[in-house]
Amino acid sequence: MAIMHEMAAGMGGIRTAGDLVARMVMKGMKINEAKKYVADKLGCTVFDLSDSAKMKEIRESLDIGTTLVRTNASMGMAAKIKIAELLDIRIPSVEKFKKQVGFNK
Amino acid sequence: MKDQYFTRMGDGEGLWMSKSEIQEELQKGMEDAVNRGKSQPLEKEDLDKLLYIMTMPEKNVSVERGNEGVVTFDAGTLKLPVRSGIPVDRSTTLMIHERILCSDTMEMCNTDYSYKAIKNIIAEEAMAMEYAQMNCIMPIFYGAMPNMGLYTKPDGPVENWAVALPEGRIKDAMEAQEQAYEMCRDDMIFIGSKMAEAGACGIQFDTIGASGDADALAALEAAKVLSSQYPDLSITMGMANEFHLGMHGKLKFEGDKVAGQYPARQVKSVEAAGAHSYGAVVNTNSSRSFAWNLARSVTYVKEATRVANIPVLVNAGMGVGGIPLTNTSPTDCTTRVAKAMLEVGKADGL
Repeated sequence: MAIMHEMAAGMGGIRTAGDLVARMVMKGMKINEAKKYVADKLGCTVFDLSDSAKMKEIRESLDIGTTLVRTNASMGMAAKIKIAELLDIRIPSVEKFKKQVGFNK
Repeated sequence: MKDQYFTRMGDGEGLWMSKSEIQEELQKGMEDAVNRGKSQPLEKEDLDKLLYIMTMPEKNVSVERGNEGVVTFDAGTLKLPVRSGIPVDRSTTLMIHERILCSDTMEMCNTDYSYKAIKNIIAEEAMAMEYAQMNCIMPIFYGAMPNMGLYTKPDGPVENWAVALPEGRIKDAMEAQEQAYEMCRDDMIFIGSKMAEAGACGIQFDTIGASGDADALAALEAAKVLSSQYPDLSITMGMANEFHLGMHGKLKFEGDKVAGQYPARQVKSVEAAGAHSYGAVVNTNSSRSFAWNLARSVTYVKEATRVANIPVLVNAGMGVGGIPLTNTSPTDCTTRVAKAMLEVGKADGL
């Protein structure tokens, strides 16, 4: 069920810009507004957001995590810290992590 | 060419129908939503698009490029380790969804999917969320159901209104619900607060209203408190039904009666609670055709998206949103529902 919805109608998660658009939808933005916001921040078109080939290049260049683990590339929290800066949003776990390690001092 | 298209009934059984038969079922399904839920009828072009989706020759279909939405999940980490019996823990499940299935978001949850049950293990659940947040890139919700019925005797302290009502003790039933809803609301605020402090990206109130209007009110009031206290915490609210059952009947949220709310009014209550997205639910009638159920569901959803100021994420699991009531949902129906909800219903995601 889950994979069928993702294949039929989903953005594509971290394979594309699905997680980024989802973060804006989770702030209460409607889908088209969220896509435009993310595209503007990434410097690409809305059409590019669900193109996995295009987004692989963009994600790797910004070092915000992809489906493939690579040496020296950010994953998990490291990628999310960059995503929060890129999208200019507060991500609760990032704020918590920064506080724990003293980044907010 | 033979005028016969493979489709299904609401219980998943396959059958062949002509184009005119499918068209007639779509019309009747839409009319049911218009008559019951006071939804606006779909435009002719919407019905034509639904007919096109229903009669596409492909087994599985998808949205057109550019029409994608975001995908969220209820009972997120129950699906692999519990329902499918795959021996992986929840944090592994999250990463499988992130890096292999490529979900846009995922939900962490407990096997006993009720906020009341989680209260006993909240410290461990919060730790699991902290670790998950360290490893995951995609947004992670924590979710469970209000399940207000759990507060009734013999498991809980409150009299069971489902016992009192058939005995004609209306006042007792109403008072019991008023007591239970306060406990339920306070538990959800407690769990939600702990999860917010653990760094959860969001909290999901799933299947709200399953025990009636008081159950929905408990979740709405909990959302209002949490949205005020934790502005960075995303709150999504999924419904139990296409209308809130009036088990109490007189409860109000922000001046609006909760009982009898259909999607277009449910979403306004969810907005008033400060939640960030609304999960529409339209129950599948297993005795009617897939076409009837799909048109009916899309009509309700389109009415909700028409009035909503927040994203509408349609519940499209087994037995809801037009999807047949069977545990092995046929992919031909699952994908047609996904496409129809986004392209005709104008939903923001699933």
